[in-house]
Amino acid sequence: MSFKVKIGLEIHVQITSLKTKLFCSCSADYRGKPPNTNVCPVCMGLPGSLPVLNIRAVREAIKVALALNSKINDVLIFTRKHYFYPDLPKNYQISQYDGIGSAPIAKGGYININIDGRVKKIRIRRINIEEDPGRIVYPFGSIAKSPYTMIDYNRSGVALLEIVTEPDIESPKEARLFVQKLTSILEHLGVTNPKLEGSIRVDANISIEGHERVEVKNIGSLRELEKALTYEIARQTAIIKSGGKVKRETRHWDKTKNITISARLKEFEEDYRYFPDPDLPALRIDRKFIEEVKATLPELPDERIERFVKEYGLSNYLASVLVTESKDLADLFEEAVATCGNSKLVASILVNEFLRWINEAGLTLYEGLRRLNKDRLCSIVELLRKGVISTKLLKEYVKQVVLNNVEPKDLVNKGLTVLIDKEFIERVIEKVFREYRNAVLDALKNPKAINFLVGQVMRKTRGRADPKLVNEIIRERLRKFEESS
Amino acid sequence: MRILTLLDVIESVRDKPKTLFDYIEHTYDIISNVEDKVRAYITLRDKEHVLKDAKRVYDRLIRGSAGKLAGTLIAIKDNISTKGLRTTCASKILEDYVPPYDATVVEKLKMEDAIIIGKTNMDEFAMGSTTENSAFFPTKNPWDLSRVPGGSSGGSAVATAAFEATAALGSDTGGSIRAPASFTGCVGLKPTYGLVSRYGLIAYASSMDQIGPITRTVKDAALILDVIAGPDLRDSTSLDASFPKTFLEYAMEGSREGVKAKLVVIEEMVKEGVERSIYLSFVRTIRHLEANELEISWISKPIIKYALPAYYIIAMAEASSNLARYDGLRYGLHLDVEGRSWYEVFAEVRSLGFGKEVKRRILLGTYVLSAGYYQAYYLRASKVRRLIRDALVNLLKTYDCIISPTMPVLPPRLGERIVDPLKLYAIDVNTVLANLAGIPAISIPSDLVDGLPVGLQLMSNELREDLLLKISSYIESILKITPLIPPLVRSYVI
Repeated sequence: MSFKVKIGLEIHVQITSLKTKLFCSCSADYRGKPPNTNVCPVCMGLPGSLPVLNIRAVREAIKVALALNSKINDVLIFTRKHYFYPDLPKNYQISQYDGIGSAPIAKGGYININIDGRVKKIRIRRINIEEDPGRIVYPFGSIAKSPYTMIDYNRSGVALLEIVTEPDIESPKEARLFVQKLTSILEHLGVTNPKLEGSIRVDANISIEGHERVEVKNIGSLRELEKALTYEIARQTAIIKSGGKVKRETRHWDKTKNITISARLKEFEEDYRYFPDPDLPALRIDRKFIEEVKATLPELPDERIERFVKEYGLSNYLASVLVTESKDLADLFEEAVATCGNSKLVASILVNEFLRWINEAGLTLYEGLRRLNKDRLCSIVELLRKGVISTKLLKEYVKQVVLNNVEPKDLVNKGLTVLIDKEFIERVIEKVFREYRNAVLDALKNPKAINFLVGQVMRKTRGRADPKLVNEIIRERLRKFEESS
Repeated sequence: MRILTLLDVIESVRDKPKTLFDYIEHTYDIISNVEDKVRAYITLRDKEHVLKDAKRVYDRLIRGSAGKLAGTLIAIKDNISTKGLRTTCASKILEDYVPPYDATVVEKLKMEDAIIIGKTNMDEFAMGSTTENSAFFPTKNPWDLSRVPGGSSGGSAVATAAFEATAALGSDTGGSIRAPASFTGCVGLKPTYGLVSRYGLIAYASSMDQIGPITRTVKDAALILDVIAGPDLRDSTSLDASFPKTFLEYAMEGSREGVKAKLVVIEEMVKEGVERSIYLSFVRTIRHLEANELEISWISKPIIKYALPAYYIIAMAEASSNLARYDGLRYGLHLDVEGRSWYEVFAEVRSLGFGKEVKRRILLGTYVLSAGYYQAYYLRASKVRRLIRDALVNLLKTYDCIISPTMPVLPPRLGERIVDPLKLYAIDVNTVLANLAGIPAISIPSDLVDGLPVGLQLMSNELREDLLLKISSYIESILKITPLIPPLVRSYVI
């Protein structure tokens, strides 16, 4: 019995490029402020307050729709989605809906992901603009430990895009690659800053073909996405194998226990009583405006990958990893290459060494990038070029920089240089031997003449070589010379 | 002192700024004599506070920098947010709610040196036509204390009619300005949807709610409209309309020069369900108008009979959504939450805080928006609404105004209508049309029948307040019955 997995994702993306919230003039930058200080009558839902659309949010949504090849609706209609919850000040969310009398800003579209050397198309179902609710705060960390909860409305009303896929995703890995690619697209568009906590949030609908689907919420990061999906697939598979029935429900991902926990049974479709928001008149979306936005679109990931292949001679694999892992990684690559050249080497350092070590250390990409910044990366490349370190040592340098956050020059000072690397010294000696044939012949006759050769090696390594080691190797070579002649 | 209109007040304080203080004393005298009987106010500001405000207005009067409404005492319906002044919507759920901001209209009134005198009683959340649905107490009609003043802006109408304020603001979703204006002998104007900002108006049915003045004359209404109308960046549904002259000028022109206008009566609005005495009074009024160069035609528009059900479906649907926010968490009625889940607390706040009629409308509104019923009710009602709007807008291309009795009945006695919701809803039959269509409508006093005021309603096309005010001001000058003074306060006023 083989189980075909179907996964659809709902991704909530904060439009962090905006200065203000979606429907009021409060700052969109709510993070790190004292609770309930970044609020006004509108985002607190005070009686009599009215929403006024931040038109820049529409421009950002159109950018995303264009980048995802979606069809943009002619009219912008906001819909009220009703449900009672303490973090929702009006007890309805101003959102968009695909139904009679309503429409999302865009429908359809797709993203191509590279999986195991082939390209797979993941279809987009729709894109919504909506408002973020406030935040429930558990004073002692979790629901279980907290005798009461608090609500912080600073986030209430921040502009969100909800991007919903078709259930085209067939494995946790595909899900991760999809979210990665989407994030990279959003970053290249400048719509969101994924470094900010909570700026991209993923809910997943998972089913085994022919069985009920389960929604998993509260997935906080890419790594957790893969883990949560893997767990959930295993859970559902086990139920089916033992002859049970998967229940249609919403489950929460518990990242401390690494399991999903049932939140509520979904026997019925929830009734959100959607209807067009009478406070926000429908807005015609001008085709000219869309063309205008289109003309200002920056280079997008797929184009960038292509350019990396052409311009820097990278393999398609290296290029796509650089670009889809994160825009920052691709940016670092380009900046480093502009400073210190060696595109293939730099790409290989980033993809093969850097990513490996941040994973091993459990660092986020951004934490990693703060450690291996452009200067450090270039100085490592420089050290290799100057022969201070070997390729082998270079890997050690990247590891140390990522794990211990050290400056490459400190590693040099600590003596972690190529000069204790026999292989390298031998190469220098070989060079010296070729250049000073007469001195070599002298040395064969007169052991004191060895000092000249040692001196040349020292000169070529700018005095950093270990004289003892150099001496030893030269003597050994001379011995071999004698034997062979 | 004999000050009968808002324009009288403005003129007298302009001539003699000191009059302002006498006028305030005088108004508070009237209040102390009649307020116990009529109960127009939920919150009446202390005279001392009002006098303090008046001192500032006085200084500006002396300097010659006073605004258009200097000297006036304006009563505000208690669903319009006033900064620092309790705004209850006549509901227990907002009994102690003090808004941290002023509604746009209140800001505009203050900018023109109007003084807010208090907040007036209403049907809870503006749901009702009699002001009996207030969670606190009913307001009574100064023409007959056993009768209702109409609603939902009953407090605003009574404060104006009984000279407890110079004029008032009300809100009108299905007739809530015009009904009480008609029952109390005032002028009540519901502007074109969007002409006046709704920012700060506590929503009942957002697509129909509109703020407007309740005054003793058409000119007074025009002047207040001049102050409160205009686009507002805080209300996306507000309109950017411009008129070559002020509304007051149009009203002045109408009464001074008269106007030749083509008026139309929709038969369905005067025949079925209209009390005989009202019908007869209406016909008398029509004759009077015809004798004064106003041309009047009669036509039939059968679609009108669907207006009331369509109106109630849309209003209740929107209300169920707008009233979802009252859960006691951020403001309003607050209960002890210790040890209880949020949904238990929400449910208890809402069951204790809302009155019966509000609950009825939330439940019905929730029902008509539910999956499976949405199309049969809300969507169909929206279609009817569009048809009615098209019918009226087209009709008003041929005619300048549609005229009818404002209310199909004389003011009912307290308790008479409220026992049967359907009977209560039925009296809105002529007023809901303007809200469904988004067009302006005014009610002006046209007659007294058995000592009770009767109102004439005029509707014009959207953003034709110029024409509406000109014609109604002309009609007012023909009928010569305003300003009306109820016997209850006659001795204080004259």
